[in-house]
Amino acid sequence: MGTYNHSVLLDIDKCKGCTNCLKRCPTEAIRIRDGHAQINSNRCIDCGECIRICPYKAKKAVSDKLDKIWDYKYKIALPAPSLYGQFDNLDDIDYLLQGLLDYGFDEVFEVARAAEIVSGYTRRYMNMPGIVKPVISSACPVVSRLIALRYPFLIDNIMPLKPPVDVAAQLAREGAMAAHPELKREDIGICFISPCPAKVSYLKSEREQGHGDVDCIISASDIYFAIVNKMERKQATVPVSKTGMIGVGWAASGGEATALFNDKYLAADGIENVIKVLDNIDNGTLPNLEFVELDACTGGCVGGVMNVANAFIAKARLQSIRRYLPVSQNWDFFSKQEDKGVPNSFYSQETLKYQPEDSLSGNMDEAFRKRAAIQEIADRLPQLDCGSCGAPTCMAFAEDIVKGQATEEECIVKMRDKIQQLLKGENYDSK
Amino acid sequence: MPEPLKFTYDINGENFASAGEASMQIKKELRSLGFAPETIRRVSIAMYEGEINMVIHAGGGVAEVLVCPEKIEITLTDHGPGIPDIDLAMQEGYSTAPDAIRSIGFGAGMGLPNMKKYTDEMIIESEVQKGTKVFMRVDVK
Repeated sequence: MGTYNHSVLLDIDKCKGCTNCLKRCPTEAIRIRDGHAQINSNRCIDCGECIRICPYKAKKAVSDKLDKIWDYKYKIALPAPSLYGQFDNLDDIDYLLQGLLDYGFDEVFEVARAAEIVSGYTRRYMNMPGIVKPVISSACPVVSRLIALRYPFLIDNIMPLKPPVDVAAQLAREGAMAAHPELKREDIGICFISPCPAKVSYLKSEREQGHGDVDCIISASDIYFAIVNKMERKQATVPVSKTGMIGVGWAASGGEATALFNDKYLAADGIENVIKVLDNIDNGTLPNLEFVELDACTGGCVGGVMNVANAFIAKARLQSIRRYLPVSQNWDFFSKQEDKGVPNSFYSQETLKYQPEDSLSGNMDEAFRKRAAIQEIADRLPQLDCGSCGAPTCMAFAEDIVKGQATEEECIVKMRDKIQQLLKGENYDSK
Repeated sequence: MPEPLKFTYDINGENFASAGEASMQIKKELRSLGFAPETIRRVSIAMYEGEINMVIHAGGGVAEVLVCPEKIEITLTDHGPGIPDIDLAMQEGYSTAPDAIRSIGFGAGMGLPNMKKYTDEMIIESEVQKGTKVFMRVDVK
């Protein structure tokens, strides 16, 4: 995969060099150097925790500019299901879909619709012989990346099917090409409306590897502010939402899992909880589970940092939207099929590889020596984990020193002790 | 040959929820030292089962892990009730765990057999009323 494209960036002018993000980062990817934060891209998993915690709004999730959509002759919007929860009193999804068309999109393909198709194929996949269980959802890119960095043995548990955004993009492109044969591939712009930076990174990396159909990725908040005042909430003429309860349910934690009609599942949300569950699966202590849905954001995708609404308010709104929907509006997608398997085009083209994030050295002897040196330094440190040196813990600081990225003098607590000793010495001398 | 690294962990017997933390720590250490996933898995499972045992039966104890490039040795020491019949305890499915422990999914009688299965050597020394010492070695292949 090479270096992963990240979508969490720092605005140096706004960063005060405080320790809020430092302490919050679940992979210890942040250091404060020269008065501002630095993100180690080998460790960053794009979870967005630093964006959430930053009091100065110095951390940003980057996506394509909304204007990019005008580069394409035929623009297809792919709204994530979580977008439906952003608007107040939205009692009909069609109002929003019509709003997207009025804004300038030529077509809308709901990711929620693709999610219902993915749910259908997942049910089939779950019945295949020889698959590794529990199957771990592949929908949250943060989770897949975390597994690649830390849990080599869980790579085979990850659901190998494409996540809904990829399926939506693929079907949208196929549909547009068939309906408008005059269009060339580059005329069509498939624009995903993303709730989070992790999806942005995932889709960008996919694009760089030459697969995937998403051409531009717009943040949910940009779309929200562009259309919120223009939405007329009139009955939609062209698009009629093709989403049922299942598709909308994907926006919140547990939605993907319940759509499998199999009660041996677990759904966890929030990055710290996700890590705990992964540790448990890795230790083999979660018996009898068939499916595990993990969402890095609290509440699920509605909790993504590119959204506008509070995750729980969005979730409550989705509940009322779902209330009068049929379970699914995509049964016909399957009823015509003779084959009861999963077509190849629905399998993910990405193969995850183990990339340990915290390796001390490629050479084991060297790694041993470094580890011993780290311990020696750590034993001299105050173990307060105050973060003033710019590392999240004393242990991480010791590691940075051994790696040549910091010096022991940067420990403020030790410096204070030194000054006090010097002062005492002076007092003694003056007596 | 580098000097072996020694890691010591106190296993808290009062807090069942914290059981498994030492295993997680050692997993992180082995990963950063560059051990293969297979080795890490064997060590962490053996260690995890041992930790759980010490918490369930012995009120906690101490785990010492000696890490060398070619092998990893784990010594678990507790001052619990001891194991009266080690051969019986080694049988799959044999368990003396109380119902409360079983009700949360532990105590299936697979702890010791799993520890043996995932390690290259396992020696149990135990004295009733005094405590138990379990030594395990995982060779790096």
